[in-house]
Amino acid sequence: MLDKIGIAKRIAQEVRDGMYINLGIGIPTLVANYIPADLNVVLQSENGLLGIGPFPTEDKVDPDLINAGKQTITMMPGSALFNSAESFAMIRGGHVDLTILGAMEVSERGDIANWKVPGKMVKGMGGAMDLVASAKHIIVAMQHCSKDGASKLLKECSLPITGIRCVKKIVSDLAVLDVLPVGGFKLLERAPGVSVEQIKNATAGRLIIEGDVKEMSI
Amino acid sequence: MINKVVKDADEALRDMSDNAVLMLGGFGLSGIPENCISAILKKGVKGLTCISNNAGVDDFGIGLLLKTRQVKKMISSYVGENAEFERQLLSGELEVELIPQGTLAERVRAGGAGIPAFFTPAGYGTEVALGKETREFDGKMYLMERWLRADYSIVKAWKGDTAGNLVYRGTARNFNPMMAAAGKITVAEVEELVPLGELDPNNIHTPGIYVQRIFQGKDYEKRIEQRTITKI
Repeated sequence: MLDKIGIAKRIAQEVRDGMYINLGIGIPTLVANYIPADLNVVLQSENGLLGIGPFPTEDKVDPDLINAGKQTITMMPGSALFNSAESFAMIRGGHVDLTILGAMEVSERGDIANWKVPGKMVKGMGGAMDLVASAKHIIVAMQHCSKDGASKLLKECSLPITGIRCVKKIVSDLAVLDVLPVGGFKLLERAPGVSVEQIKNATAGRLIIEGDVKEMSI
Repeated sequence: MINKVVKDADEALRDMSDNAVLMLGGFGLSGIPENCISAILKKGVKGLTCISNNAGVDDFGIGLLLKTRQVKKMISSYVGENAEFERQLLSGELEVELIPQGTLAERVRAGGAGIPAFFTPAGYGTEVALGKETREFDGKMYLMERWLRADYSIVKAWKGDTAGNLVYRGTARNFNPMMAAAGKITVAEVEELVPLGELDPNNIHTPGIYVQRIFQGKDYEKRIEQRTITKI
């Protein structure tokens, strides 16, 4: 089974040289720490920056430089700053290659729910709806099941959805899966120490297994 | 050049009355018009509609105006980090319209640019699309969103000149430039008010035509929400 850092490390393996990437809040933000140093990628922050750098040292903290999670950051050499309309123009316009974000539920058709729990959580969708409606490639970082053991990979989302038919790949604590265009979760890799049987039991939506499923290497 | 300088936030907002529709720049607490928020608090105008990406935190930013119940309605994309907001929302005291962030930015941009409506894919198939016109373009579905405009747009810039030209700094730019263009009266507060000719015309982010009143702000707190540090 993977912990949060394990999920981030596995997602980092999906990153390719030359990509512009938007990282969501939470586990997706951690992915930045594990992108191989020999890859040239640019991280986009939807509040108006291309070229997110590491967190600042104490003496470099700047209230005018934050990421979408409102954390203080730095800029890489060659960064660009812009306004929010321009930021979402580059997102909607399909210029961002990869979006990595968290989810509360994903359906077997690739619908995603991650912004609202009726009557409980009403924080808002932020930029998630714009991102999932337009990204060329979306990878979701999530827990396979809720704390009480209920599957979050479902036939249909039960929570209000953020976008339809958009998720392409899921990295959970148990597995790596593709969401097929025709519908269904195709099991690609097992997390270390996790059996196919465990993944079957934890997946409520249609699970597709072809041949031997290898254990992932982290 | 037209001189748009006023003394302070009180003078800049002198004619604001109850039930005004306001746009307030900022993302989280970065790039928010701190002086004007304090002035609105002091002025005590009520029934405000506030269009702003976030709603501040409990004791700073727009959160201050929520506490005094001066806000009737919030139009935002993300309102976490504010317990009082959540309480007023769940109890029905506060009206809230949640909008995808890119749609919010574009609706404001459209308002300033004279575009009454546009089509976006964001929110298609979700509850955001309820009651909105949808249309297919080249095989993909989109929904129609309307422009947003305001009685007052209140923005914060790093530097500005007496003609209202503005330059922002870092990610404190965010929604400020689009909002500056979408207000009937746009008030700009700046960290540094400079004489004409001092700002490089090549590097102006908001041309002065959008700004009606500008003043030198003071006592900026520039509070940080998530202070994340790399330890050496």
